[in-house]
Amino acid sequence: MSWTNANILPWLIPVPPLIAFVVIILGVGRYKTLTHITAIAAIALSWLFSFAEVLAAFGTHDLGTATGGIFGNSFTWLSNGNSAAFGSISMGVAVDPLTSIMLFMVPLACLLIFIYSLGYMNDDPRTTRFFAYLSLFASAMLVLVVADNLLMLFIGWEVMGLCSYLLIGFWYEKESAYKAAIKAFMTTRVADVIFLIGIAYLWASTGTLNFRAVLSDPSVLHMLGTTPAIGGLLGLTAAGVIGICIVIGTIGKSAQFPLHVWLPDAMEGPTPVSAMIHAATMVSAGVYLVIRMYPVLSAGGNPEQGIYSAPMVLMAVVGSFTALFAASIAITQNDIKRVLAYSTISQLGFMIAALGVGAYAAAAFHLITHAFFKALLFLGSGSVIHGMEHGEHTVHAAHAVHQGADAHEIAAEQGTRLEPDAHGDPAEHGTTPAPVFDPQDMRNMGGLWRTMPVTAITFIIGGMSLAGLPIVTAGFWSKDEIFAEAWAAGSHNALGLMVFIVLAFAAFLTAVYTFRQIAMTFLGTPRTEAAQYALHNDGTVKGRRINAQLVAPLIVLAFFAIFAGFVGVNPGFWLLGPALAGWPQISAPFAHWVNQGLIDAPTVLPFNIIPVFVSFLVFGLGAWVGWLAYVRPYHENRVRAGEPDPVEKYIGSDFYRLAASKYYIDQAYNRFLVAPINWLSRVFAPQIVDNGVIDPVLNWIAGAMVVIGNTARAFNTVVIDGVSDGIPEALYGLARSLRSVQNGQIQRYLLYALAAAILIGVNLAPAVIFDPSQARTVIVVMIFIEVVLAGAIVYIAANRAQASHGEGD
Amino acid sequence: MVPLTAYLVVAAFLFCVGVYGTLARRNAIAILMSIELMLNAVNLNLVAFWRFNTTDTNPLNALQTGMAGQAFTAFVFVIAAAEAAVGLALIIALYRARQTVIAESADSLKD
Repeated sequence: MSWTNANILPWLIPVPPLIAFVVIILGVGRYKTLTHITAIAAIALSWLFSFAEVLAAFGTHDLGTATGGIFGNSFTWLSNGNSAAFGSISMGVAVDPLTSIMLFMVPLACLLIFIYSLGYMNDDPRTTRFFAYLSLFASAMLVLVVADNLLMLFIGWEVMGLCSYLLIGFWYEKESAYKAAIKAFMTTRVADVIFLIGIAYLWASTGTLNFRAVLSDPSVLHMLGTTPAIGGLLGLTAAGVIGICIVIGTIGKSAQFPLHVWLPDAMEGPTPVSAMIHAATMVSAGVYLVIRMYPVLSAGGNPEQGIYSAPMVLMAVVGSFTALFAASIAITQNDIKRVLAYSTISQLGFMIAALGVGAYAAAAFHLITHAFFKALLFLGSGSVIHGMEHGEHTVHAAHAVHQGADAHEIAAEQGTRLEPDAHGDPAEHGTTPAPVFDPQDMRNMGGLWRTMPVTAITFIIGGMSLAGLPIVTAGFWSKDEIFAEAWAAGSHNALGLMVFIVLAFAAFLTAVYTFRQIAMTFLGTPRTEAAQYALHNDGTVKGRRINAQLVAPLIVLAFFAIFAGFVGVNPGFWLLGPALAGWPQISAPFAHWVNQGLIDAPTVLPFNIIPVFVSFLVFGLGAWVGWLAYVRPYHENRVRAGEPDPVEKYIGSDFYRLAASKYYIDQAYNRFLVAPINWLSRVFAPQIVDNGVIDPVLNWIAGAMVVIGNTARAFNTVVIDGVSDGIPEALYGLARSLRSVQNGQIQRYLLYALAAAILIGVNLAPAVIFDPSQARTVIVVMIFIEVVLAGAIVYIAANRAQASHGEGD
Repeated sequence: MVPLTAYLVVAAFLFCVGVYGTLARRNAIAILMSIELMLNAVNLNLVAFWRFNTTDTNPLNALQTGMAGQAFTAFVFVIAAAEAAVGLALIIALYRARQTVIAESADSLKD
């Protein structure tokens, strides 16, 4: 089989970035340009492999079905010696429809983020290390995507956890950065442990971790769905316990309530890392996991008839709550990246909730479109931050020229002129001169569309996709799909209806905060001098060099943020649906393609007017509110830097402050988890346990030991020493008497040898001569006689040797 | 024809002389000579057994009937010569170190 075979090719997809990581770490990292070439070449190669694989997958129309099979290849990695296959673990790759769409999105997004990083991280002193980590990150995600079993997926999952730690804490000189890194690592670790328990339980129940063997075998799923869990835990089935463990793993990785706290803090990392975590890799991995494991999660239930298994109920509740909760926080945030972070949490909630009501394909669809427009938004915000920093440099330099190089004066003036941000984050790039200035604070921006038009246009495209601008954007189609599924589920039971209503309200808030962000960042006139001089890094202003590395990824992503949605248009949609249903490259619309990987593929829902109407309505309402509350005030410059948010006076400052403080969840964790643990380790353990309990016990034990030791010493002196001195004395006397035998004279030794030879001969001879059957008796008698004789001879010889010693010849 | 026993008696006598000399003589050269005597006693045995084990008594047919006894004896000669050379070298070394060839005086093994 050639390596170009579609069964083998998936093995190669994660390899180039992994090699790039090793090579950069082992030495290439000393050369900046070479590092950049290595990293870009590696991810581009991965993308090419993936693209070839995706083309092969799309070309196989019945991929994933019982007849079509999947692309894949595996080998036994850990054989447990059983004669049956039960329990042996194999490593392998598999490409089914779901993998194919992930392979379309992940390497492409990674490649664009890598290219963007070239420009963004070019001035950083540790740029080569950054690319090494980024390569490992991409490689781990690709391992996770192509894996054909849960264990290999888990390996990629954990390596990504490590990489997120390394990259969030990339600027580890900042306290907030390394604290955020530790927070992200610890929070996801909590979930990962539970996920691992789920994996172990699945393995113990089915004897395999292979996706195909578990997820495509109705008998296995039926067994899991009907077997009670160990100990009848809460009346759950085995599938219920496994599924809940897996969902908790996703709650950690995809930052769902209550483990969402790490994701906003992860904004401390460089902006390309944020894009990587939020779009291509980390949080997508969590959603990918639950989509992948959906047959197990839904085992025992029947979503199409409104019967939900426990993990699905958990997903529906957690996902929809998180969607609304995070969206309400996003409205109040002033940091451009934090708004996007909460937006990501909210959108991930959409996906999880969708899966909770059985919207398998819709969740996958939203995962893909969200990855594209969220990567676009993050890279756009990176451009804005970059521009603001350079604007600040420009202002600073101008003042230095005007007023001479009096740093104190400048700092004093900066402090009065620029609004200091009490609880905002310090500047993203460590090189920003004035610490009071925050280039990520949207209150310092405004009017950036004039200086950064390409960034503004692409950012607005991404924002509209996020808000779900009807018909033209990708986000609308995927969100609409989720609404349709939730509405259909709502016709069966209240849970579905609840999900539908909550998600609709969250979508309304999404539109509001998106308009707010766009208005604050790009509209009106600059509210600070830094914003006025923001670097025109997208090269559209005359006399500036075009920074293609920053701009090109934005344009490509903007393309996908619009057009990626058209593959999933419901065939029943007016005009568009029938026109797009039979795309030449893709034999079926998105949902049809993804669904066929399931054993009992759900039918694509018929077109329904109500959810589409709701989609239009929530976007329209959100846009209207956003327009009134933000776009008009900011556009007409009615809001100055430092003034309270215009919405605050409408909805009440109490609620506003509650949301702006993220519902005090961080504080609650600090008070109820971190503080008690600190108290345990700083006060309880050293002072109470150590000084109060362990030390007295140890002292008592030590005292007892001293008494025992003294007793033993007395015993030792009298008894042991007596015996142990007596034995050597006796041996010494024996040795002294025997020493004369060994006098060093070779002839004496030969004499002993001769005597021994004669003795042996004399002993054996009678046994041969007399009756051989009596040999034993004869020999015993002979030996007795001879031992006596030999003793006599030795005694005599020894005396003679002593007597003759020193005589001459 | 001289019987085999006669050869064996002579060889045993020779061997005993060698043993006695080896054990009783104090001069190292004499000990070496006594060892040679024992080796020759063994040689005598080898040749005698070979001669009496061969049914064909014509020595001219020895090539056909095998020459193992004589071949062994030849080996023993060679080894005896080598041993004498080594032994004499040792004795010379001993003499240089201690100005004596008395075996009893070389008793540093006991230390």
